[in-house]
Parts: sequence; C-alpha cells; structure tokens
Amino acid sequence: MKRRSLIKAFTLSASIAAMGLSWSIQAAETIKVGILHSLSGTMAISETSLKDMALMTIEQINAKGGVNGKMLEAVVVDPASNWPLFAEKSRQLLTQDKVAVVFGCWTSVSRKSVLPVFEELNGLLFYPVQYEGEEMSPNVFYTGAAPNQQAIPAVEYLMSEEGGAAKRYFLLGTDYVYPRTTNKILRAFLHSKGVADKDIEEVYTPFGHSDYQTIVANIKKFSAGGKTAVISTVNGDSNVPFYKELANQGLKATDVPVVAFSVGEEELRGIDAKPLVGHLAAWNYFESVENPVNTQFVSDWKAYAKAKNLPGADKAVTNDPMEATYVGIHMWAQAVEKAKSTDVDKVREALAGQSFKAPSGFTLTMDKTNHHLHKPVMIGEIQDDGQFNVVWETESPVRAQPWSPFIPGNDKRPDYAVKGN
Amino acid sequence: MNQPLLVTAAQKAGPRLSLAIGAIVLLLLIALPLLSLLPAGHSLQVSAYTLTLVGKILCYAIVALALDLVWGYAGLLSLGHGLFFALGGYAMGMYLMREAAGDSLPAFMTFLSWSELPWYWAGTQHFAWALCLVVLAPGLLALVFGYFAFRSRIKGVYFSIMTQALTFAGMLLFFRNETGFGGNNGFTNFRSILGFEITSQGTRAVLFLLTVALLLASLLIGWRLARSKFGRVLTALRDAENRLMFCGYDPRGFKLFVWVLSAVLCGLAGALYVPQVGIINPSEMSPTNSIEAAVWVALGGRGTLIGPLLGAGLVNGMKSWFTVAFPEFWLFFLGALFILVTLYLPKGVVGLLKKRGEQ
Amino acid sequence: MNLWEPALPAIGPNEHHKDPAMLKALLALLLLLPLAAQAGDADFFIAAKPNEQASLLQAWAAQPDPARLALLSAMQQGRLGADDTRKLRLNNRLRGLLDNALASHQLLSDDATLRLAAARQLQKSAQPAQVAFLDRRFAGEPDAAVHAALGLALANLQLADSNPAVRLAAVRLLGETGDPMARTRLETLLDPAVETDAGVRTAAETSLAQVKRKLLIGELLGQAFSGLSLGSILLLAALGLAITFGLLGVINMAHGEMLMLGAYTTYVVQVLVQRYAPGALEFYPLLALPAAFAVSAGVGMLLERTVIRHLYGRPLETLLATWGISLILIQAIRLIFGAQNVEVANPGWLSGGLQVLPNLVLPYSRIVIIGFALCVVLLTWLLLNRTRLGLNVRAVTQNRNMAACCGVPTGRVDMLAFGLGSGIAGLGGVALSQIGNVGPDLGQSYIIDSFLVVVLGGVGQLAGSLWAAFGLGIANKLLEPQIGAVLGKILILALIILFIQKRPQGLFALKGRVID
Repeated sequence: MKRRSLIKAFTLSASIAAMGLSWSIQAAETIKVGILHSLSGTMAISETSLKDMALMTIEQINAKGGVNGKMLEAVVVDPASNWPLFAEKSRQLLTQDKVAVVFGCWTSVSRKSVLPVFEELNGLLFYPVQYEGEEMSPNVFYTGAAPNQQAIPAVEYLMSEEGGAAKRYFLLGTDYVYPRTTNKILRAFLHSKGVADKDIEEVYTPFGHSDYQTIVANIKKFSAGGKTAVISTVNGDSNVPFYKELANQGLKATDVPVVAFSVGEEELRGIDAKPLVGHLAAWNYFESVENPVNTQFVSDWKAYAKAKNLPGADKAVTNDPMEATYVGIHMWAQAVEKAKSTDVDKVREALAGQSFKAPSGFTLTMDKTNHHLHKPVMIGEIQDDGQFNVVWETESPVRAQPWSPFIPGNDKRPDYAVKGN
Repeated sequence: MNQPLLVTAAQKAGPRLSLAIGAIVLLLLIALPLLSLLPAGHSLQVSAYTLTLVGKILCYAIVALALDLVWGYAGLLSLGHGLFFALGGYAMGMYLMREAAGDSLPAFMTFLSWSELPWYWAGTQHFAWALCLVVLAPGLLALVFGYFAFRSRIKGVYFSIMTQALTFAGMLLFFRNETGFGGNNGFTNFRSILGFEITSQGTRAVLFLLTVALLLASLLIGWRLARSKFGRVLTALRDAENRLMFCGYDPRGFKLFVWVLSAVLCGLAGALYVPQVGIINPSEMSPTNSIEAAVWVALGGRGTLIGPLLGAGLVNGMKSWFTVAFPEFWLFFLGALFILVTLYLPKGVVGLLKKRGEQ
Repeated sequence: MNLWEPALPAIGPNEHHKDPAMLKALLALLLLLPLAAQAGDADFFIAAKPNEQASLLQAWAAQPDPARLALLSAMQQGRLGADDTRKLRLNNRLRGLLDNALASHQLLSDDATLRLAAARQLQKSAQPAQVAFLDRRFAGEPDAAVHAALGLALANLQLADSNPAVRLAAVRLLGETGDPMARTRLETLLDPAVETDAGVRTAAETSLAQVKRKLLIGELLGQAFSGLSLGSILLLAALGLAITFGLLGVINMAHGEMLMLGAYTTYVVQVLVQRYAPGALEFYPLLALPAAFAVSAGVGMLLERTVIRHLYGRPLETLLATWGISLILIQAIRLIFGAQNVEVANPGWLSGGLQVLPNLVLPYSRIVIIGFALCVVLLTWLLLNRTRLGLNVRAVTQNRNMAACCGVPTGRVDMLAFGLGSGIAGLGGVALSQIGNVGPDLGQSYIIDSFLVVVLGGVGQLAGSLWAAFGLGIANKLLEPQIGAVLGKILILALIILFIQKRPQGLFALKGRVID
C-alpha cells in the first residue's frame, strides 16, 4: 500500500505532463485546422468571437463538401491570454495534432511569441487583426490591416474639409507596441503634411487604465488651441471608460472628433452609443456595409449564434477581424483546392494572387509577394444604434505596406517575406 | 509536526525506498532529453513539444521550491516571486537578443529609432556578464527590499501585499517602451546561445539537463537547510518570531539570507526558462502569476521539499491538458481543484500521501 | 515598396460635380423666398451635395428665418420634419454647422433660457458672416444674461474688426471670461504682424493674464475633483474588502468578483426594467442597489458557509480557496453572459455634467458616486458601531473564543459579516458599472488596488480605508499631469512600499499589547 501510493506520487507529475501529448485521436480523411484564440484571460473579450466565426466558416465549407473532398476538422485550444502558452500551444497544434493551418492570435505579442515556432516547423498561420506592420514572415498570412490600410487614410480624412479640417492632433494610446508604432508613423506623416510638433500631443496610458478624467481634461485644454481631432489607439477594454468620460464632460464629436482604430461593432456592444454619435472609426469592413455578400454573411452569423446558443446571441454583431478571419479561411481553402494539397509550401505558392469576394463589398486579393491582403479602407461614424455609417471609403483596395516608409531604414527592406525578420 | 515532511515521509517509508523512487524519476528526467535526440519517426523519440513542456514545468518547479523556502520554512508569503523569475529571464533575454542582433542593435530598438544601447545593456553581449546579471538583478533587488522590510518587521499579510505591489510596479515599468526592454512584446525571436542554434535538438537537450541539474541543486540546498540548525531557526521564526527573539536570536539575518537565496534561485530558473519557451515579457511579472506560484506550493504541500515540485507539476500539467481537452471549462476544474485541496487536503498532496502511508 | 504609394484617391468623392454658379443662383432664389422656406428648404437640403449643404447651413445661419426653426430642430434629431420619414445623413462638419445655424435661429425665440443657450453655442461657433445679425440681436436683447453672452459671442468676431476701438473693447470684454478659446484668440493678438495697434496689443496682454488666472483656477479645481472622484471609486472597491479581509482576516481574492457580480446584477436589472417597466428605466440604478446587495451578499454567505468557514485561523490558505472561487465565478459569468462587455447605460440623470466654469465640467455620475461612497461608509460605520450585529462582529473579530463564551453565535456572525462585506462590494459594483465597462474581468482590475487601500489604511480600520482611498486618489491625480499615467502609477506603488516601511501597520494601527 505504502509503496504503491508513493510511486504514484512521484510519477504523477510526469504522467500528467505526458497526457498532453497523447491527446490526438486520428480520424480518417479529415484535414485538421488549428484555432488558437484565447478563451479565457484578458483577451477572451475580443478573441472568443473569432473562434466562433472560424468554427462557423469551417462548418459552412464542410456543408459545401469540404476541401479537396475532405472534411475540415477544427482543433480548438485555449492559450488563455498567456503569451508563452501561445508558443507552447502552437507547437502542440503543429507537431502533436499535425494541423494543416492555424487561424489565430490577436495581440502582436502573441504573434511574436508563436512566430519562431511557425518558422521552425514551417507551419502556416493566418493572423486576422490590424497591427503595426514591421513584420513579414513566410509562414504568416496577414489578413488584417497594415498601418497604411487604416491609420493614414483616417488622418487624411480628418485633414480634409469633409472630416472637419483638423489642425491639431491628440494621439492617445495604450502603452504598447501597436499604438507606439502607429503614432510614430502618424507623426512622421503629419510632419510631411506640415503639421508642427506643437500641434501634436502624444499620451499613453497603462493597460486596463480606467480613469480618463485627467486625459479628457487635457484634450479639452489642447483643443482650445484650434480645431482638434483625437486619434485613439486605446486598447479594447479601456475604451468604455474613455468614451463615457468624453460624453460626461460634454466633449462632442462636432467639437473634437475621436477616430479609433480598435473600436468596432463588438466593442460598441458594451457602450451606450447615444453620446458617441459622430465619433469615427477606421476599418476595412463595417457590418452596415450594404451588398449581397455582406447581407448573407451577417444573417449567417446571426443564425449561427442563435443555433449554437452563443451568449448574447440576440445582439450578435460582425466586425472587421471577424470578416478577416472569414476571408482568411476561405482563401486558404481556395488555395488548398488550387494546390490540391495541404502542404505548406504548395499552399503558400497557391495563395499568392488568390482572390475572394469579401463581405466588405470588394474582391480582396492576397498580394503576390508580401503576404498581406489588398484591402479597402472605410471611415465610419458611430450611430446611436452602435452601428457605423460609412462616410468615406477608398475606391479600390489598397496594397499593404507592412514596412512603413515613415520609419527610417525600412526603405532597405525587401518587399517579400523572409524568415527571421 | 512541523518537521519537514520529506524527513517524516522518509522515516515512515524507509530511506531506501524514497531514494530509489527519487533515482527513478531522476533517470527518467535524464533519459527524456537523450531520447529527444533520436531521429524523427523513431518509436521512442520524445518530441520537442514534450521536452519544452516538461522543461517549462521544471522551471516552475524550481520557482515553487524557492517560494516554499520562504513561505513554508520562514513563513513569509511572497506574492512577488514572478518579479525575480522575470528579472532572471530578462537578463538572459538581453544576452540572447544581443546574440541574435549581432553587431547591430536589437530589433525593437532600431524600431524605436534608438541609435545606441542604454547604459544598462552594456556588456550583455558577454554570456558571463549576463549570467552575473541573472544572479545580481534579482539578488540585489531582494537584498534591498528585504533589508528594509525585515528591518521594519513587516510580516504576514503586509509583506504579501507589499511584494505584490512590487511586482505590479515592475510589470508597469517593463511595459513602458522607454524602459528599454521591448515593452509589452518583450524579447522574442532568439537565434542562438553561445553560438549553438537555439532550436536545435542538442541545445534543447542541454538546456533541459541544466534545468534538471538546477532543480537537483535547489533540492539539495533546501534539504541541507531544512536539516541544519539554520532550518530549525527558520521554522521557529515562522511559528513564534517573538519567542525566538527572546531567546537571543536576531531574525533579520536569517530572513534576509533565505529571502535572497530564494530570489536568486527564481532568477536562475527564469534564465533557463527563457531560452526554452522562447519569449520573456512583462506579463510574467503580473501579480496573477505570482499568486499561481503560491497555489502550486499550497497544493503540493507547504513546508515540504517534494510538495512544491508535485504542486507545480500537477497544476501545470493539468493546465496543459485541460486547455486542449476542455477549452471552455478548464477554469472550473482548476478552481474546484484549488478549493477541494484547501478544504480536504490542508497539507497538500504530500499530506494526503502521508496520511495514506500511515493507514 | 520603399515609396509612399500615391494610390489613395483624393478624399471627398462627393466633390466632383459642383457647380458654384448654379449653387449661388439657387441660394439667392431661396433667400429671396423666405415665406416658402419650410417645405422647400427640406427638399432642397436633402437634394444638395454635402458641400452645398454646408454652404446652405452657413447662409441660413447668417440670415435666420423663424419659419426654418422647426426644420433645423428636426434635422438635429436626424429627421427632416415631424412626419417626414426620410433619413438624414449628416457628418460631423454638417452637424457642427447645423448646431450653429440652429443657435442663430433660436436667438429669435421668445424664451430667454433658449436664447441664452443659443448665445453660449454661438460663442463657440459663430462665423464672421453672422456679425451683422448678431449686432442687431445684441442691440435689441432685453434679457441681461443673454445680452452679456451675446456680447461675448460678438467680441470673439470683433477681434478681426477693422476699427481699433471696436477691437480694443472686444479684447477688454474677453479678459473677463474664463473661456479656454479666448486664451488662444488673445495669444494671436500679441503678434505685431497680426495686431498693428499697440494699444490693443497691451490690452490683449492684460486680458490674457486675466484669462490665464481664471483657467488656472478651473484646472486646479478639476484636478482636486478628479482626485476625489478616483478616491471615491477606490473606496467603494475596497470597502467590502475592509470587512472580509480587514475584520474577518480572509484574504479574499474573490472580492473583485463580488464587485463584478454587483455590476452584472445592475445589467440584469436594467434589462428586466427595460422589458417589463420601461417607464421606470430612468431609475434602474436605484432598483439595482438592493438587488446587487442581495445577490453579492447571498453568494458571499453561501461561500462562507460552504468553503471559508472551514478555513478560519488559516488566513493564507483562504487565499488559495478564494482564488479558486474567483476563477470559477469569472468563467461562469463568461459562459452565461459571454466574454464581451455588456452594455450598462447611464440614465439621463447620471449623464452629462455640471458646467461650473468654462473649463470645468463635473460629470453628474462622478458627483453622485462621491456622495454614494460617503453614504455607504457612513452606513457601514453605523452598522458596525451602533447595532447589535456590529457589536457581535467586533467581538468575534477581536476574540473569537471569548465571544463564544459570552454566547455570541460566532458561526452566524461570521456568515453575516462575510455577507455584509460581499454585499457592500456588490454596491460598489453598481457604482463601477456607471463609469467603466462591465465584463467578466472587471474584478481583476480592482483587486490589487483594493488590497493596497486596505493595507495602507490599516487592516481592520474603516477610517483608515477612507483616508487611504482618498489619499491615493488625490496623489494619483496630482502626479498624473506631471509625469504621465504610467509613471505616476509606478511612483504611487513605490511610495506605498516606502510608507509601509515607515508605518508597518498602516495609517491607523490597532493599538494593543497583544503579542504572539
């Protein structure tokens, strides 16, 4: 008795650890697809809906007969908003579950964490969120926007008479790499347009900051010096207190418009949108876009949310990263059909130049060399129902510039994906 | 009662048996990296995934052991051990970044248009200095913090909350891009260590073996400490500090020594953790991580040497498994486990084993 | 790839086909026919291109016509008329011009308060083209307050007048306001290239100094208020913990989740009221208070009975169990309500703010929360110090065995006290839901601050928590403008660590000779 229990104790930790690796059941004739989005922890707020969107898309593809005659099988894991765990889980997906492709990540740090793993094992990752650029890996396809597909057009709009002809810019962000880089690019861009440094103010807040009293007071003070616009790269969760403070301190969009790069339909669900009417967001897709593809997409999603009884299904909305996930999965499936194989090198080749009629109302093309989508840019004004009214959009999709020309040294970078950048 | 449980368990089970089991586990841990060197496709081959996973858990086990030295033996619950772990990791990360960048600046600095390295990066291209930093950074911080805290006789919950504030402040500081440690992204994309490619099986196996060696060394230190007079004083300190003082001991030196030792062990574990998992960033300093470390210790059995190791292994093993098997529900299992262990196994898993042994 | 591709089309795709001559003719026609304004204007506006719409609004603002008032008011609501169903698409620029035009028209109203509001709006937005009209209204304005407000609106425009005497009068008038915009306007006059008259320049300097002083007062008051407000929020977040941790000694890591439960209860109450009693929606936060208290207190008591009861005397182990509870509660909420934030809207009486000075607005929600926090502290104090239950709680926390000997049912008291602490956290959750987001992680962001407040104030000391919360709030807000939010927070943490070195038992230490 003694003996056995002690042996058990010593081998327990080792055996538990070993359990993790034997957890793949080989089903015949399916293609495994990994989904790597946090379902718990701080990022669950944004990433959960992407997981559901990915599952819906896979279900739809399967309903049409799958890819190359094989069904897709989703392998969902929870990296729990823990960056090292992202790396561990991606290694697991690639080596233990042997998935053909992974759709996942939201934050840049999670992508940076898994990147070496994907490059080492030659995996394939589709990354669906707008980000700061400065990266181009052969093992990643970026279906979100690069800075020139979101930030710069938004500022051009603010400068135009239509957008209020702003003269002063208040750059407000959460203190991490995406806002820092975006603001750096924007500052260089504003300089090139003749805006002086005294007319640009850059302010950062810690993660999860919830008290915006001082900052809103500063915006007010700054805006007394001339027509001002706020460019917000405030991270998802801090937006609610920020907008509530704006509204309560009586700062209206007609006086000081705020254009946000991380506020979409999903974020607005958590805010009473009435005081926010007129504030702006720049994206590559809005739920309110009117075209047959989008109507179908939105109604499919609502039906799916209802059928699967997702929380808050009666208020289900679509947003830009969800569209990017949807487009990404479809493009990958098309490429697999074209390559007649799920082999990463063949699929990568087949993806170049692949195009897809997206819910945004445009036919999006995967660039031939730089692994980014050509995307249209849209500026939407918040309406009182939490939807966006598109006030401006590009006539055609814009090619991504992951290496921004506004960051010195980038002119020497190659315009194709290289490992270890 | 408060004797180290390892000793009691060993007395009950007979020293030969514990030694035999220990030896088997050790052999397994040494065999693991060697098996990983087998060619791919071999039936006995251990995958890189398993190796890094077990390696990561071993690093955590060292942290748990280090925390147990201060909590289980000296009665100081630190909720800031993640800070020391991360500092060691960052010191190693600095070296790895310099190695990856070669003669130029690390990528994130060119990105911020910095033209030269900040002063505190000086010398980090040398592995030896990086190793010194691994020990010095957490050690000195612990020394300064501990000196003042123990001088003011801060203990109990106050001490816990203060260490929590310390690691929280550290996290916020490292989040800032201007601090010069890569901000939120931290350090990733390492290439090589001492010229060896970091992703090669050989490097991984060596790192793993080093982790096992560090774990063994920590165990040995802990064991020697626990059995020495020093250990008895610590236990006395935990149970009745004032009486100890009336006996003529000055508790400050004892506390400070074990506190700094624990911080250094954490730093070393962090340094081994970073090249194995391939990333270090400020979230390692988040207070939640440090609380989790306390949970490992409590779950395994506080005041024992084997307990924390078991706790770290159990919790992390389960986490890895649950997050795949039940991605939506794993937090329920984990939460319930914590509650049940506290309610029914006040002495942790080791306590359960001991009870079973007595029956 | 190294060039900024000029692939982006020019902004403003709607500007292509404008025909200025045609537009002018139409405008002239329109202005000549003021009687036909009402119906015709709406049709004309909706048919126009955005740029023409802007010119139209500017023209209307310069020459207001009472008949157009109804149309402009409707347009501000996003419609063209009371029974016109056509949807009006406006952008920010048009909305701004519309506000200006509407204010211009409202000056013609008989209602003095309406005219006052309009004059205030015109101080911000009036255009040079409106000078003639404003002059006329200014001359004929009977109400003193409106007269003064209009004078200021006019003064803003008169700074560009060709007559130095008019400019001088305007500059002197502006010196009496505390309007942040006046500062910028006066600053431009200091430049000899802009203002040729030396007398006006000197007057501008004097006026500027006056304005700056007034602005400074507003800023300082604003900082003090935001410090108080942050303090009241910290207090509400920490008060429940001051009982569960401070008095009962439970290291309650699930405290944050009690706040979260309170906030989610507010959400549920809001939804229920919306569905079953839409008329009472304005007052849902008041209904949510007892509900949140009941839910959090209920969950708290349940936890105390099932889990925490077994752990008294082992404080550090309560940390482990409550940590587990917190994980379970977070994930349960995430599964029920979803991982996303839920929408908790401010009712009318909690939206907007009180304009105290031109550069100082105090949001109603924050004023109410400060008052609410103080009320809760007062009630808790009364409960603990003036009731039988409070007496028992204090007895049990001071000496459990002795209290039991005296016949105090310690088990029951523990349960009630834990319930009370959790319930107060629930009340805090209601308040937090009004200023921040309501999501599963809500509690996590307050837990560290809560512990710091309780420890800094002195464990077991209600008054200590009060001082610590307001102290931290004000210190934080004083530091933030100087060194930024991130460094400010780090510095505060460092200061707390140093402070506890100095006073290891917190601000208010329990006095006693007990020793272990």
